[in-house]
Amino acid sequence: MERKVRSHPTQNESLLFEISSPGKKGYQLPDLDVPPLDMAAALGESNVRREIEGFPEVSEVEVIRHFTRLSTWNYAIDLGVYPLGSCTMKYNPRVNELVARLDGLAWAHPYQPESLSQGAMEVMAHLERALLEITGMDAVTLQPAAGAHGELTGILLVRALLEKRGNPRRRIIIPDSAHGTNPATAAIAGYQVQNLRSNELGGIDLEGLARAVDEDVAAMMVTNPNTLGVFENDIAKAAGILHAKGALMYMDGANMNALVGIARPGDFGIDVMHLNLHKTFSTPHGGGGPGGGPVAVKAPLEALLPLPRLKRIGDEWAWDYDRPESIGRVRAFYGNFGVLVRALAYTLAHGGNGLRNATVDAVLNAVYLRKKLEAHYELPYSSPNMHEVVFSDDRQAKHGVRTGDIAKRLIDYGFHPYTVSFPLIVHGALMIEPTETESKQELDLLADALIAIAAEVESDPEMVKSAPHSTRTSRVDEVTAARRPKVRF
Amino acid sequence: MYPENYRYTKEHEWVMVEGETGTVGITDHAQDALGDIVYVDLPKVGTRVEMGKSLGSVESVKAVSDIYAPVSGEVTEINELLATAPEKLNEDPHGAAWLVKIRLSDPAEAAGLLSAADYEAYVGEESSQ
Repeated sequence: MERKVRSHPTQNESLLFEISSPGKKGYQLPDLDVPPLDMAAALGESNVRREIEGFPEVSEVEVIRHFTRLSTWNYAIDLGVYPLGSCTMKYNPRVNELVARLDGLAWAHPYQPESLSQGAMEVMAHLERALLEITGMDAVTLQPAAGAHGELTGILLVRALLEKRGNPRRRIIIPDSAHGTNPATAAIAGYQVQNLRSNELGGIDLEGLARAVDEDVAAMMVTNPNTLGVFENDIAKAAGILHAKGALMYMDGANMNALVGIARPGDFGIDVMHLNLHKTFSTPHGGGGPGGGPVAVKAPLEALLPLPRLKRIGDEWAWDYDRPESIGRVRAFYGNFGVLVRALAYTLAHGGNGLRNATVDAVLNAVYLRKKLEAHYELPYSSPNMHEVVFSDDRQAKHGVRTGDIAKRLIDYGFHPYTVSFPLIVHGALMIEPTETESKQELDLLADALIAIAAEVESDPEMVKSAPHSTRTSRVDEVTAARRPKVRF
Repeated sequence: MYPENYRYTKEHEWVMVEGETGTVGITDHAQDALGDIVYVDLPKVGTRVEMGKSLGSVESVKAVSDIYAPVSGEVTEINELLATAPEKLNEDPHGAAWLVKIRLSDPAEAAGLLSAADYEAYVGEESSQ
């Protein structure tokens, strides 16, 4: 075993279990100020556990160093571009954190009486109004915890409305370019998924849709702009086809960063949609932290929204639980409140013009990258892109190098990879979403890295296929990890 | 590459009909496109399946994909081998890694599927796009 000390980012780190030694501890308890109790007498001998086998025994400084070292291995938006397509990994402004940490908001307890929660309720009411203005919808719930949860809430609302009209119907139409969560949502909500093939431009095939829609279709789930980053010009016509048969149009708001301040889903035929506050509204994203997936609806669905709903009584906010048609709660309390505070801070700091500028910059950045890279990577769909751009590895595949290899090589250049192999309608996809966060200088660095890799693929494909070369560990055995997972130490 | 006595679907399943029984699998093209397969989800014996409807799914390191029944009938046997050795689907998709056997409700159904030559032409066309 090598025992030489190296700089922390490349040093191997043992598990806490492995650095444990008997008798060490990182806590100190005060003397008991109550009479000691015999646990065995109180609970019965068989219920008392004297030792916890294998529990790590470590000092405070060891724990601090362990986690601080691990944190230096992370890549984060605070270190550089995070061009994961479809994920909108934008900068999280620090002022949002400042606002979310205000004592009155950070320490608010969900069981506080309404009279002591007026400020927190005003924050939620204010955010609701802002989201309605941005989406052009009629009512919104802030409860869902993240995007897929929002989808499920939205489709349950569709089901409830159709049940109210007499027949919940059986099928949901989903384009083949959709996010994988869409069919999963439809299935969990008890619907059969009907796949709709995209047209040659990568958009909704109106004739195919017209053939697919009948009185048994509950809804269509679309993403707009779609997963190719292309705006669905026929979205209003598609909604018309559904509405003519009594079906609804659901919009996955994953790509809302291309629309805010420019176009409103409520104006192009959408009946239900969710937003991702952790994408479009700059709240922290990734690492499994809390998200926010508000669901906005048109008026016919308002009565069905999860309870409780905010209502105004005189000068005060109150929670309205008297909503007999509601689908019920979808989450404890009132959603991820801290996320809502950050999203409101972002929205108000920008204002209407600022949000519009952010959208324009997000699109400009993606178009800039497309123009820089289209001479080097294959562009399978040439429709004008918005906030993200999708290339394929067609040219590199001729040298045996695939999108995943290029992504790994990008790590050597100091960047987080783009999204690989999605959307599925592009074989070997490289999906790049820079967001408005990035400056021209940063975009040039990213583009130069990708152009250099394209050249390396031609001169030394084996080197690219064995990347990354500069990281602590290189390729892990993903196949064995998936086939024979070890889920505990 | 593609056995002459099998019939194929555009969703990349194959079926070999012997009397009233159809043995079903996925094609070599399918396993190649999916990449390393890590899990195979098959129906229980006795399940009724319908031509064109989902029969189960295969999970690779890239994605989870539905398997569509190429023929209708009742599942009489599933390939237990795949529970412990999903990699067999990458190694021998047309042989040892068959998925299920189905008692056909309509043995004439399979005649409407693609021949080996037609399927090969279809795959060639699809991958040249």
